[in-house]
Amino acid sequence: MTNAWRKMHPVKRLGWVTLTSLLVLALGVVWDNWGDLLGPQPENTALTAPATEAQIEQGRYLALAGNCMACHTTRGGTPFAGGRRIDTPFGGVYSSNLTPDPETGLGRWTSLDFWQAMHRGRSKDGRLLAPAFPYNYTSVITRQDSDAIFAWLRTLPPVVQAQPAHNLVWPVGTQPALAVWRSLFFEPSPFQVNKAQTAEWNRGAYLVQGLGHCAACHSPRNALGASGAVSDLSGGLMPVVNWYAPDLTRDTETGLASTPLPEIVRLLRTGASNTAQTSGPMGEVVQHSLQHLNETDLQAMAVYLQSRAQSSAQPTAKTQAARISLQVATQGAKVYENQCLQCHGEQGEGVKTASGEVAYPALAGNRAVLLNDPTNLVQLVLYGGYGPATQGHPRPFGMPPAVLELDDRDIAAVLTHLRTRWGNQASEVTPLQVNRIRAAQGG
Amino acid sequence: MNRQNFIPPQAAADLQSPSHTRLQTAKAWFFKGLWCATGLIALGLASAQTPARFADDMAERTRACTACHGEQGRAGPDGYYPRLAGKPAGYLHNQLRNFAQGRRHYDLMARMVDPLTDAYLGEMAQYFSELKLPYPAPTANNTITPERLAKGQQLVTQGDATRGLPACTQCHGVRLTGVQPNVPGLLGLPLDYLNAQLGAWQTKQRRAHAPDCMAEIVQRMPSEDLIAVSSWLARQPLPADTRPAERPPAGPALPEALRCGSAPELSATRSAPAQSGGRP
Repeated sequence: MTNAWRKMHPVKRLGWVTLTSLLVLALGVVWDNWGDLLGPQPENTALTAPATEAQIEQGRYLALAGNCMACHTTRGGTPFAGGRRIDTPFGGVYSSNLTPDPETGLGRWTSLDFWQAMHRGRSKDGRLLAPAFPYNYTSVITRQDSDAIFAWLRTLPPVVQAQPAHNLVWPVGTQPALAVWRSLFFEPSPFQVNKAQTAEWNRGAYLVQGLGHCAACHSPRNALGASGAVSDLSGGLMPVVNWYAPDLTRDTETGLASTPLPEIVRLLRTGASNTAQTSGPMGEVVQHSLQHLNETDLQAMAVYLQSRAQSSAQPTAKTQAARISLQVATQGAKVYENQCLQCHGEQGEGVKTASGEVAYPALAGNRAVLLNDPTNLVQLVLYGGYGPATQGHPRPFGMPPAVLELDDRDIAAVLTHLRTRWGNQASEVTPLQVNRIRAAQGG
Repeated sequence: MNRQNFIPPQAAADLQSPSHTRLQTAKAWFFKGLWCATGLIALGLASAQTPARFADDMAERTRACTACHGEQGRAGPDGYYPRLAGKPAGYLHNQLRNFAQGRRHYDLMARMVDPLTDAYLGEMAQYFSELKLPYPAPTANNTITPERLAKGQQLVTQGDATRGLPACTQCHGVRLTGVQPNVPGLLGLPLDYLNAQLGAWQTKQRRAHAPDCMAEIVQRMPSEDLIAVSSWLARQPLPADTRPAERPPAGPALPEALRCGSAPELSATRSAPAQSGGRP
C-alpha cells in the first residue's frame, strides 16, 4: 500500500489528497447538520401530557414576543397560514403554514418536530430550513417555551394553503448549500444564564436574544447573509428593505444608556417616547409584538438593553463640521422653509401637544438625525407616513411623503441642512445616497 | 384673498375714465395698486414668519394625506389623487382597508396605512367625509362622438337589461352623488381617475370586499362602454345638493350575482334605514 502510494504520480497523489479532504469535509458538514439523529432522541413530553389552558395562553403570548405572525401571514391573509414572500439578497423565500392543517400546515407535526425546527432549524422530514426563519435566535429558547408555542398553534383553525417554493438563485436554496452555510454560521445556542446578573436582567437577555431576535436586524450581516451572534447588538444595515438598525451598544445612536428606564419601556410599548420615535421595521415590531408584551417583560428587556449600552459605551470622535457648498446650503434652507419648518420649527425644535406628547419630533440634537448613516432619514423624507398606532399612542401625527415632489438634490440638500444646523454636526448627505434608496424602493 | 374679484387697476381705469383725466386717474390707481401690493407682500411675509398654529385635531393628523390629496382632501393636482372630502365615511374606510389588506395596490398608500389601527383609519375616514367643499367644474375634453356620449348616458341612467347591467344610479344614487354610508359619488372626478379605476377593476388591480359587485359589472362591459360611461360622467356638473343620498333609490334589490361585500345594505330590504357604521 505505502509502496503503491510512493510510486504514484505526484499530481495523482495530490488529486487523491484533495478528494479525501473534500470527502472528510463533506462528512463533517453532514455530521454537523444531521449527526444528532444517530444518537438517542429526546423524549416527546407533549405527547404524554395534554396542553393546559395556561400553556396555550403562554404559547400565544410567546408567539407575540417572537412576532411570528409578521412573516407567517400574507397581506390580508389568514394569520399564521404563511405564504408571505420575504425578499433577501439571494431571492424570495416564502414562509410556511403554521396552522394545524395536516397536508399544508403543521397538522402531522409533534412538539418534538416543532422543537427540532426551533432549535435546529430542521423540518419534520429532516430537511434543512432556509435561515430566513431566524433559527439562530429560536434556538435560544427553552423546550418548555417551544412546546407552549406549539400547543397554541394547535388551537388555530386549520387553513389549507400550501407553501410556495422558494425563489432563490442557484445554489443558495439547495440542501448542500444550506448545510455548508449552517456549518459556517449556525450552532444551536441555548440561553446561558448569567449568574452575576439579576433574574430580571436574564429574562431581558433571554427575550432579546431569543424570541425578540433583535440581533437579526441590530447586527451587521456578512456577504453570505449571516448576522452576528445572538447577543451582537452592534447595529447593521438591513438588506433589501434599506433601513439602518442602530447600534444598541452606543449611547450616541440610541440614547439607551442615558435615557431613564421608564422612557425606554414607553418607547418599546407605545412606539414613541419624549426623546425617540420608532418608524420603519422597528415601528412594525412595536405594532405587532412589543406593545402586546407585559410590563415586566418590557422592563426586563429595557434593563438588559440599558446594561449593554453602558458596558460598551465608547466615546465617539466628534464629526467634523461638514463643509457645505453655498449652493447646497441655500437650497437646503429653502426646501426646509417650504416643506419642514411648519411642523419641525424654525430652530428644529419640533412641536408638542398640550399634554406634552411629541407631535412632531425636534430635529435639533435628535440622535436619529445625527446617525452617521443617513438611510433612515432618506426613507422618512421620501415616503413619510406614520409611526405605529398603539394602545399607548393611538393617534400618531404623520409626515407627508416627498417622493413625488422633491428630487434627489432637494432631499440631499434639506437633509444636509438639518444635519448641520442648530448645533447638529453630522456629515453631508449626497444626491447619490438618496437615489440609491429611491431606486431600491422602486421610485 | 379672492382671485375672481380682483380686477387689474389699469383695466378698471380704462373702463371708467374720460380721456382727459385718464393720466391722473391712472396715476392714482398706480399708487393705490402699489399700496395694495406692498400690503400683500407684507401680509405674505408675516404669514411666512408665523406658521399656522399647531392644532391638536384631525386636520393636523391628516397632513400626510393632504400632501397628495390636496388641502382638506379636495383632490390632487392631477387625476390620480382623488378627492376625499365629502365622500361617504364607510366608503373611505373600506378603501383604506383595501390598501391595508391588499385589495388595492399602491405602495405609498400601503406604507401610510400599515402602521395604523382600523379604529384610527375609521376616524380619518369620518373626518374627510364631514368636510364640505365646493366641487370644481367638469373639465373632461377627450374626443368622443355624441353617439358614444349618449350611449354612456344611457348606461349610467338605465343600464342594459340584456347584459344584466344595472344603471349606475341604482346604487350610486339618482343624483350620482353616492349613498350613505358605503357607496361613493361618481361626479366631480377627473376623467383620468375614472378611467384608471375602471381599468384597474378590469385587470383585477382594484378589488373590493367579496363579493365584489363592481368587478362583476366591469367584467360585463367592453372597454369602449367603460370609456363612454366615464366620458359622460366626467362631463356632468354637480347637482345643487352634492351630499350623498341617505338611502339607495327605491326599486328592486340587486340580483344575487351583484351583491356587494362592501355595501351589504344595497341587497337588504329597501325600506330599511341606511346603516351609519360602514363596518363590513
